[in-house]
Amino acid sequence: MTLGDLITQGTQMALVLALAPLLTGFVRKVKARLLRRQGPSLIQPYRDLLRLMKKEVVLAENASWLFRVCPYLIFAATWVAAALVPTFATGLTFSWTADLIAIIALLGSARFFLALAGMDVGTSFGGLGSSREVMIASLAEPATIMIVFTLALVVGSTQLSTMANAMLSPTIGLRVSLGLALIALVLVAIAENSRIPVDNPATHLELTMVHEAMVLEYSGRHLAVIELAGQLKLLLYVSLIACIFTPWGLAPTGAGLEEKLVGAGLYVGKLAVGGLLLGMFETSVAKMRVFRVPEFLGVALMLGLLGTLLLFVSRSI
Amino acid sequence: MAPTPVILELWAVAGFLALALLAIALHGRDGATRIVYGGTLALSLAATAVAGLALGAAASATVLPVGLPWIGAHFRVDALSAFFLLVIDLGGAAASLYALGYGRHEHEPGRVLPFFPAFLAGMNLVLMADDAFAFLVAWEFMSLSSWALVMAHHAEAGNARAGYIYILMASFGTFALLLAFGLLAGPEGHYDFATIRATAPGPVLAGAVLGLALLGTGSKAGLVPLHVWLPLAHPAAPSHVSALMSGVMTKVAIYGFVRIVFDLLGPSIWWWGVPVLAIGGITATVGVLYALMQDDLKRILAYSTIENIGIVFIALGLALAFRANGLAGPAALALTAALFHVFNHAQFKSLLFFGAGAVLTATGERQLEKLGGLIHRMPKTAVVFLVACGAISALPPLNGFASEWMAFQAILLSPELPQWGLKLAVPAAGTLLALAAALAAACFVRVFGVAFLGRPRSKAAAEAREVDGFSISAMAILALVCLAAGILPGLAIDGLGPVMEQLVGARMPRQLDQSWLTIVPVMESRSSYNGLLVFGFIVASASIAAFVIHRLASGTIRRAPPWDCGFPNTDPATQYTAASFAQPIRRVFGASLFRARETVDMPAPGDPRPARHTLAWRDFAWELIYAPIGRTIGGIADRANLLQFLTIRSYLSLVFVALISLLLLLAIWS
Repeated sequence: MTLGDLITQGTQMALVLALAPLLTGFVRKVKARLLRRQGPSLIQPYRDLLRLMKKEVVLAENASWLFRVCPYLIFAATWVAAALVPTFATGLTFSWTADLIAIIALLGSARFFLALAGMDVGTSFGGLGSSREVMIASLAEPATIMIVFTLALVVGSTQLSTMANAMLSPTIGLRVSLGLALIALVLVAIAENSRIPVDNPATHLELTMVHEAMVLEYSGRHLAVIELAGQLKLLLYVSLIACIFTPWGLAPTGAGLEEKLVGAGLYVGKLAVGGLLLGMFETSVAKMRVFRVPEFLGVALMLGLLGTLLLFVSRSI
Repeated sequence: MAPTPVILELWAVAGFLALALLAIALHGRDGATRIVYGGTLALSLAATAVAGLALGAAASATVLPVGLPWIGAHFRVDALSAFFLLVIDLGGAAASLYALGYGRHEHEPGRVLPFFPAFLAGMNLVLMADDAFAFLVAWEFMSLSSWALVMAHHAEAGNARAGYIYILMASFGTFALLLAFGLLAGPEGHYDFATIRATAPGPVLAGAVLGLALLGTGSKAGLVPLHVWLPLAHPAAPSHVSALMSGVMTKVAIYGFVRIVFDLLGPSIWWWGVPVLAIGGITATVGVLYALMQDDLKRILAYSTIENIGIVFIALGLALAFRANGLAGPAALALTAALFHVFNHAQFKSLLFFGAGAVLTATGERQLEKLGGLIHRMPKTAVVFLVACGAISALPPLNGFASEWMAFQAILLSPELPQWGLKLAVPAAGTLLALAAALAAACFVRVFGVAFLGRPRSKAAAEAREVDGFSISAMAILALVCLAAGILPGLAIDGLGPVMEQLVGARMPRQLDQSWLTIVPVMESRSSYNGLLVFGFIVASASIAAFVIHRLASGTIRRAPPWDCGFPNTDPATQYTAASFAQPIRRVFGASLFRARETVDMPAPGDPRPARHTLAWRDFAWELIYAPIGRTIGGIADRANLLQFLTIRSYLSLVFVALISLLLLLAIWS
């Protein structure tokens, strides 16, 4: 491990942190433009975070220490997970710390603490959000694992760097199973990030909230950290899809600065495309009832299962 | 010559039995609790140390001149026994330490103290038995002593029924094992394992032995649908015994299965993996769904044990499938995952039961709906309980994740299997494993969130006090073990190496040589996981975030009533309850599986009746299997009951008819 490797790894960690609010701002902008509104500026999420940081924390009287620790734990787990997904270069120094299954489990840890935080103050809305969140997670997780199976069967690895390199090799090409996995992963990503049609990040109606209901009691810097973690998670899923399905331009191990810069430029482009598609998708569908979510995620699970079974039948489909 | 491990372990068993006798002698004296639990603590620790040393050493055996005169009693400690002895005695030591504090609240110590060491002795003996006779006697001794512990609080409602069902199921299990060993003994009737191991039965007989072993050990481990006794009996016992039964005794059952199927039965056949995988997958998913339906804290934990047993059996099924196809490396990975999960589950489930016992001591309540806000009044218990909840929910970097991750890696190797049945069964089992893991996280968010967070739902919960130091330290040690096993899984994998060589003829690559203590099950380009670094990164990023934010952001904090969207209600009854928390999952999964139905009785306007919400769900195992059996037996008994109320004339004629028919039979016979 050299100093250069460490710098690359550090750049990646800083990059995901710096870009996460921008992606959220971009998605909001796209949605606003599609609704023929001007929309807030691209850097509004940064301003919101700063504003929240400066405000005092209003803590419920019976909030426990866990309520105050949870934002940092949620943020740390999400950040570590996001730092392990290759964004502009593969084979980062610590990329072998966790494979795709471990990255998904890290997000599971973050969700576990978020759901606990929702229950800490003992309000009805917090519990409502938590119980719906764990229901959605219990459906999304098997689907995610089936997607991982499909991908691992194609490339023979769950290590993201290996996966990205294998996807670039000419032997893989277009496959039905990969298409199914892509659709399933997009569905899971929408559910995991509390986007329309599963949840509405901009909702003000408590009874339809899932993610927002859990963080209802948070304020000030705690809320800022949780918001940032949410933005990081969105970035993580877009990076994950980009890294697996569009690995072009990722700088290989030992690449020079030039290749890394090209990789970074392409990465920002991929994020923009992802954000654009997400904004367009969100404006074109309506939010569904909570109890329609199992059908939505059931589709993801079935697609993942189908992809796996296809590969068991023939390794080349 | 230094005594061999088997001799040392037998001395420990003798010590346990002596303590049981001592407990009877000390009945009613002050300090009996301290002496007995102190004694079991010391003996368990010694036995753990011996087992740890025996894990790497060669097998040692001995024959004691007890039991059947012409065979004696064979005992042997090999790598497999040593590993399970380590798990059992570590659990026993933790339970003894916990009981030093918890046992003081026991109303009738005379009903617990003699049986606790006897129970430990029984479990140790099962693991060392090296002939079928000794195995079955030890197995039955273990069942009976644990039954006595279940019946310790026999006057409490429901416990007598729990004990009755337990003893029925235990007898059924022993019966199945008896038949299994009968088949294994072969035409010459060999009892000792060495001879059984040398003679492989034919494929049909071997299949029958597999089925009987699944029934016999599965009824003790809690495989669905043989699980019905477990959620009744485990919670009925005092909490440290619940921890032993759930965390440790189920492991003895898994040992029985592994010993029979992987060791005594000889080479595997590929289809063996299919039923084991199927039953494991069903057990894991159904177990955790049951747990989500319950609102009794200890019963939730018992159902979650069923789930974890299912996870272990999924991995065991995979190992069987790989082993039958001669894929020794993947078989070693799957079996290591299974046994590592055995170790992990013993730690966090004991810890969870200790926590439940602490809650019970502090509040007198086991119902989640009566708890709440305990994190404020029992801060230490809350921390360790949270660690256990995280570990059982398979959150990295804790130990539950490490073993489940390995199980997933083994599943990913399944395309190498040639048979179609397995190709289809393995991904299905993988989906069920993922579903069970996600539902377990939901289940333990619910347990911790309702019991420890929020506001107290009863006076008892509002006045709870932190428990004693012994209980806290026992729980804290287990929490540290959970963390250590999670961040250094390589230690466990390497420790299990000798067991793998014994059972599947290959071991996983040596892990401690990897840089940064990463675990690499197959090769680095395929998959790797480093719990230590994940833990380090999380701690570092959380600290950096906290440091930066405390530097830059506003540090002011104002305490205010909860916001709750502007309508805060101070009544704790407005919080989400355990039943309401489970409602979405109940609707999604329970509506078809358990036929869960909710009915709301809303009075008409002007009617002063309170509105009522009723929840009904049905246990399909009872309805489809046990209720018909019970009805049949009851029906036969009712018919036979008529014979009780006859006149003397009728009895005399019955005797006459019986005599005539017997004489006729004899006449025809000869």
